[in-house]
Amino acid sequence: MAQAVPLYPLPVTVIGGYLGAGKTTLVNHLLRHANGRRIAIAVNEFGALPIDDDLIVGASGNVLTLAGGCICCTFGSDLVAGLMEIAQRANEIDHIVIEASGVALPGAIAQSLCLVPGLSLDAIVVVVDAETVRARAADPYIGDTIVRQLVDADLVVVNKCDLVGEADVQSLSDWLPTVARSARLIATTQANISPDVVLGIEAPTAFRSDVARAPHVVNGFASQVFAVDHPVQSAPLAAALADPDLGLVRAKGIVRDATLGLVVIQVAGQRSAVSPFKGDKPGVPRVICIAQSRRIDIERIALLIRAHRG
Amino acid sequence: MTTTIYAAKKIITMNPSRPYATHVAVREGRILGVGTLGELQAWGAHRLDQRFANKVLMPGLVEGHSHVSEGVFWRFVYCGYHDRTDPDGKTWAGVRTIENVVARLAEAHAKHPDGPLTGWALDPIYFDTDGRGGRRMTRADLDRVSKDRPIGIMHASGHILNVNTKALELAGMLRAGVNHPGVPVGADGLPTGEMKGPDAMTPLGRHVGLDRGMLAADEPGLRAFARLCVRKGVTTAADLANLLPEPAVAMMSRVGAEPLFPARIVSLRVMRDLGPKATIEHAASLKPKSNNLMRFGIVKIVVDGSIQGFSARLRWPGYLNGAGPGLWYVTPEHLREALEQALALGVQVHTHTNGDEATELVLDTLEAALKKHPHADHRFTLQHCQLANAAQFRRMKQLGMCVNLFPNHHFYWGDQHYTMTVGPERAERMNACATALATGVPLAIHSDAPVTPLGPLFTAWCAVTRTTASGRTLGAHERISVADALRTITLGAAYTLKLDSEVGSIEVGKQADFAVLEDDPETIGGDRLKDVGIWGTVQGGRVFDAATI
Repeated sequence: MAQAVPLYPLPVTVIGGYLGAGKTTLVNHLLRHANGRRIAIAVNEFGALPIDDDLIVGASGNVLTLAGGCICCTFGSDLVAGLMEIAQRANEIDHIVIEASGVALPGAIAQSLCLVPGLSLDAIVVVVDAETVRARAADPYIGDTIVRQLVDADLVVVNKCDLVGEADVQSLSDWLPTVARSARLIATTQANISPDVVLGIEAPTAFRSDVARAPHVVNGFASQVFAVDHPVQSAPLAAALADPDLGLVRAKGIVRDATLGLVVIQVAGQRSAVSPFKGDKPGVPRVICIAQSRRIDIERIALLIRAHRG
Repeated sequence: MTTTIYAAKKIITMNPSRPYATHVAVREGRILGVGTLGELQAWGAHRLDQRFANKVLMPGLVEGHSHVSEGVFWRFVYCGYHDRTDPDGKTWAGVRTIENVVARLAEAHAKHPDGPLTGWALDPIYFDTDGRGGRRMTRADLDRVSKDRPIGIMHASGHILNVNTKALELAGMLRAGVNHPGVPVGADGLPTGEMKGPDAMTPLGRHVGLDRGMLAADEPGLRAFARLCVRKGVTTAADLANLLPEPAVAMMSRVGAEPLFPARIVSLRVMRDLGPKATIEHAASLKPKSNNLMRFGIVKIVVDGSIQGFSARLRWPGYLNGAGPGLWYVTPEHLREALEQALALGVQVHTHTNGDEATELVLDTLEAALKKHPHADHRFTLQHCQLANAAQFRRMKQLGMCVNLFPNHHFYWGDQHYTMTVGPERAERMNACATALATGVPLAIHSDAPVTPLGPLFTAWCAVTRTTASGRTLGAHERISVADALRTITLGAAYTLKLDSEVGSIEVGKQADFAVLEDDPETIGGDRLKDVGIWGTVQGGRVFDAATI
């Protein structure tokens, strides 16, 4: 029997990072705030059952049924077999999250996604423990693994910031970009970050609000919606929104491309992608941007959008 | 209560207080005595069995690191470069060119035209006719066998799979845009059919008859493996990486209790699906389910990758070609947790370490764990441990570790290590058997079958000569004597499995396990050790003739 290929690729977010960084806390946080998003968690670490008890509805073989239509599969070291299994259930889920093992290289996992038809990489998110990451990165045995994990990150979640002083957070903010050269940093405690940041902005929640003059600030993250009332060159616009100078952790747009028609723009840190719009209610073409702890440069982004008029 | 006394041309006992004898008495599957017929007659009524009067008896050979899946692979078409004997005793000639591989598969296709066609043991590293690694096999080659049925060939390393176009189609992989380091693409933008590494192999495996679960060994595979053991003089073999789910344990226990099952299998619980603590506890819970021929209770932990795959963890200066430092397959924290729990519960652990950095991590971790949980006789064993240097062997000795080195690997891929992976100096000290013995580290040597063929006498020949496939003597100073090699493939391996009180030598009280040989391995000459004729075995007092097994 040939592998079934779903109609639309399923977005996959790879969550990497060493033991104790907070990957499991983050996964549980995502599940608790899934808000209708049906997430499949694929766990690539032996032995760990990473789901809080109260989220588990049922179990069958290596698959847990979770609250809100989510599922969790554990598959030890056989990542691709696990993904193939999940891909068979593509019509039951919206998003796959891979919780990588502590020594896995998330970049290599991301490369393996192309081996399973119907999957597409959303982003590589690497979680680090603010208190220990510097020491781990200097460890004679695992230092190079930590560094290789960070090098591939689109977003670095600097977790447990409450355990270190402000000076240490600053010093980390200076050091991390020298390793995770292409990543956006997100400082947090207890992995308390919205799924819109970790998994990408989801239309029903993020596109609910109208275009506002001032950013909407929740939990330290500012979001801002921009109306796009003209056709654009979508790929260059997406790439421009991923410019590190803008400091956006995520952006998503439904815009009319000059040649492709209605498309979806997705930005995760430095990564950007354009795909055809597949819904039936696009609404007003617009782009929503999210940044952490800083003003979103409204004028500059508006200018940027105009500059990419198609 | 019958007693049988076997007369032999020579009995090599491995018992220093009585190293040679002419007769051995067996009662209830155990050795009643070893000596002259006159000495043994004191035990009373007996039957004198002369069938080995012209044979040489040795303790039953012990393979300390193999996989029962060798018995499964023989269901597939043998495509290896070197001649190899199957469980039925048929010797398959090596196939030495891509054309020969295609021809052999075509023959199998004509005989059995249905379902997937599966080959194994391909080793294109030897197809190097142009000095540049030779031509790689592609799907076009296999399409000449058939375009209509899926075809796959597993490489000898177990890390690469070649498939035909049909197999790619079935797996949804016959498409452009596959951008993966394990999937080379041709000029047409489509995969060439070579799938490298476990991730790339997985989507294809199920379509070409190589499902990972199946390869863990099933009942026919276990039986085939045991017959192969008889042909190689092996009476005890370690099965190094099994998940040992309940049905497998039940099957093995049942088969092992049969009156005519001919080999003792020590099956190690590999840490793969469960966490460290749970894995150790599972192994501990399996130990009481052992019977005489099926032994459980040891844990295997894979720490790093392989040297030829550039995934073994190497210390400075790393690989000759500048490849990265390799991959960890376990975190140091999980390794520590496992070793501590194992020491606390008295579970033995064997660790796979190919690179010297992986070995160093195990040494460091065990040293710390032993401070918490002192253990006088743990015999934790470093498996492969191919690149260890003298200082590491000294630490092994101090920590009470054993080592099981891989001389077969040295023969099959030593030339590539010399020129490609680690360079001459480290290639010459790889699998340092002489250093291990000189340092006093308990030593075993292994085949890792099916990676290389099962056959401890061949493995002994590799350790004695350190010859490589090209004929080079690689690291003459690490050669060991024939006597040491023979001891290593009997008592040495038994010690690493904590079975040396039961097997490994021919002396009173031990299991009546013998290798029955046509030639004398002590006098045939070290360079002919691999050619010693093997008649069969005696296992627990039961006689198994390789010719009729």
